[in-house]
Amino acid sequence: MMMDFANVPLWAAIVAAAFFVIGAGLTLLGTIGLATFPSFYARIHAPTLGSSWGAGGMVMGSMIVFSAASGRPVLHDILIGIFATVTTPVTLMMLGRASLYRDRSEGNPEVPPAPEAAANEPALAGEGGDAP
Amino acid sequence: MSATIIVTAAWIAHGALALAMALCTWRMIAGPRAQDRILALDSLYVSAMLQLLTFGVRTGTTVYFEAALIIGMLGFIATLSLAKFLMRGEVIE
Repeated sequence: MMMDFANVPLWAAIVAAAFFVIGAGLTLLGTIGLATFPSFYARIHAPTLGSSWGAGGMVMGSMIVFSAASGRPVLHDILIGIFATVTTPVTLMMLGRASLYRDRSEGNPEVPPAPEAAANEPALAGEGGDAP
Repeated sequence: MSATIIVTAAWIAHGALALAMALCTWRMIAGPRAQDRILALDSLYVSAMLQLLTFGVRTGTTVYFEAALIIGMLGFIATLSLAKFLMRGEVIE
């Protein structure tokens, strides 16, 4: 269905525009970090800016615009925000542990060595995460 | 007036997200190791999802919401299975 933006009040338009610009700008900032940081473990932090505040800002702006244009609460966009917030830590934890496992099995001196209990079993070295 | 503000902000967001997607693509091509490429692919998925969300707001339709949701879900599954592949050498054991 098409929306008519003419009956959106001015304050709602300004707030939604601010959320759009903040969300897109923070996503861009995160990918600039992804492109310029020197090592993988520094780079893995940067794109989370886009999936936390980036997605949150865009979703909030979209909810404000659609709610103000149709005159009733339109909240389905929050599904995207919840989904991005829940899934990103899971995937990046998996990716970080996989990368740590690869670096340890190659004997890369830049990563800390495996804890003692897991050092005897190389197949479990990537999963032994309880030792500090 | 408010339509002009919303459409202008959506175009700014389009530009910023397109630049973000270009940077992700560069990291995916140039990334020194496999995990850098997977990280860039995940970030590219997020940027494409937000780009579709912005497109839906600018055109005033709710059709693109489902497409953005599906892209987010595919990105989650893709990154998770690629990380699993890096760790164990196979996806389903």
